[in-house]
Amino acid sequence: MSNTASIRRGPGNTLASIDHLSFRYPDSPNPAVRDVSLEVREGEVVLLAGPSGCGKSTLLRCINGLIPHMYPGEYKGGVTVGGLKVAETPMSTLAQNVGLLFQNPENQIFMFSVERDIAFGLQNLSVPREEMRSRVDETMRLLGITALADRAPHELSDGQKQRAALAGVIAMRPKLIILDEPTSLLDPKTALEVVALIEKLNRELGITFIVVEHRLELLIPIAHRLVVMDNGSKVMDGAPQEVLADGRAEGYGVGIPPVAKLYSALSKDGIRLPKVPETPEEMAEELNGL
Amino acid sequence: MTLIEFRNVSFVHQTGVTALTDVSLSIGKGETVAIVGENGAGKTTLVRHINGLLKPTKGSVLVEGKDTRETTTATLSRKVGIAFQNPDHQLFSESVENEVRFAMKNFGFGEDLIAQRLDWTLKFFGLDQYRKSSPLVLSGGEKKRLTLACILAWDPDVVVLDEPTVGQDALQKEKLGQIFKLLQSTGKTIIIVSHDVEFLWPIQPRLVVMSGGKVVADGQISQIMGNRELLEGARVTQPQLLRLYQGLASRPATPFLDVLEARDWIGGRKQKPEAR
Repeated sequence: MSNTASIRRGPGNTLASIDHLSFRYPDSPNPAVRDVSLEVREGEVVLLAGPSGCGKSTLLRCINGLIPHMYPGEYKGGVTVGGLKVAETPMSTLAQNVGLLFQNPENQIFMFSVERDIAFGLQNLSVPREEMRSRVDETMRLLGITALADRAPHELSDGQKQRAALAGVIAMRPKLIILDEPTSLLDPKTALEVVALIEKLNRELGITFIVVEHRLELLIPIAHRLVVMDNGSKVMDGAPQEVLADGRAEGYGVGIPPVAKLYSALSKDGIRLPKVPETPEEMAEELNGL
Repeated sequence: MTLIEFRNVSFVHQTGVTALTDVSLSIGKGETVAIVGENGAGKTTLVRHINGLLKPTKGSVLVEGKDTRETTTATLSRKVGIAFQNPDHQLFSESVENEVRFAMKNFGFGEDLIAQRLDWTLKFFGLDQYRKSSPLVLSGGEKKRLTLACILAWDPDVVVLDEPTVGQDALQKEKLGQIFKLLQSTGKTIIIVSHDVEFLWPIQPRLVVMSGGKVVADGQISQIMGNRELLEGARVTQPQLLRLYQGLASRPATPFLDVLEARDWIGGRKQKPEAR
């Protein structure tokens, strides 16, 4: 997967812009998000990390419009996605621009068959029947779940459920997809397959992703950027390898993959490797070359 | 001393789907056992047999020599605490503190002891500020910690944790690691179902690999994790530090268990040639 980085479509114009955003829930004394500014460009895969309770989920809700449309509270600053001001745009319009996939696909897929589940969002948007058919078929082909079209959600494995839920989001053809811990319930191989799928959707369709994930080692190879939040604020933002190699990240409770941790530790000891390694194999090669 | 024994256990769901096929496994008192394997391999079904929530279709499960068919789940639960994968299947009380109290009350603990254990567990798991809150308002990671708190509060001999690291950030994972050490030092038998190989590796548990309802490997984690073909079949990946170790041209006799070990070894070797 790592050698595809060079041919990946480079990030383009600004797609989502968060401008000095603060948000406080009504029953909480402190803001959950404090003065966060962030630009996400078209075609980027942005990884969002930080300790639990740091405001990641609140920020995601602000981007897809659940805040302020569903959760009221004290809202300052603004969020723009695809030129639309989130706070002033109806959820139905936003849904065509931003798709959100929850942590547990069981909370997302509910129809009698995979096919109907994928069609559900399109029906709500009153997409004509012909186009709906072709979009559903195309999405199933893309995600490799055509054979599962008639299966009921409870007949699917966890990995298949995650694919079906993702298909429902993809069929809406959003420019931006937000994933909240998409692999946490999956076995390591299935998790890698979902990561490969994200990479494919990013590369082939140019879909932009914002992903929250605690197991960073899985997503690092496909991410363009790593943003770290702590206590409601954005505290780090940069190329994943650089953020990980910066000693501060660990202090913020970010789960640093063992190889990145070792790289930082060795640097402190005065052992400099040619570059920050992405995989253990790369690190072994660098060490062998010293 | 054998504490838990699976004798040729098969389990078929009411729907006719076979979840376990001829599983034999014995777990001794004080052992730490991790169960890994692909989604749907039968890991959760297996651990649910330990406190009698599920009874085998064929074969038998013995806990302290007693067949789970002849004991009630209530009796077994005093010995075996299971924290489920999905906390929403477990939490039901109107407040966090009542959730933790519930089992202790049922087991007839005195009020003083309950209050003491409640204090300790809620503080330990960073849930003290939510005492009066409904468990439903907690985040996914917090709910998960609450299920652990509930179980540790009543102090069962066997602690079964189904995917304990899901939704936990790095600090919480580190805390979980400490809890394991604490439990190990008090002689508890610990059974962890987990996909998180990076979390399991430094704990160095006995590893049971399941695939398609069967136990396909059982032994020391460092040995099993070296067998790529076996792991491939069970959809398990190797931990990063083992991959690094395998790639090194010159390496110590055994793999690095944590970053510190790797740092010391690499540092010791690399500094010598550089000295002038």
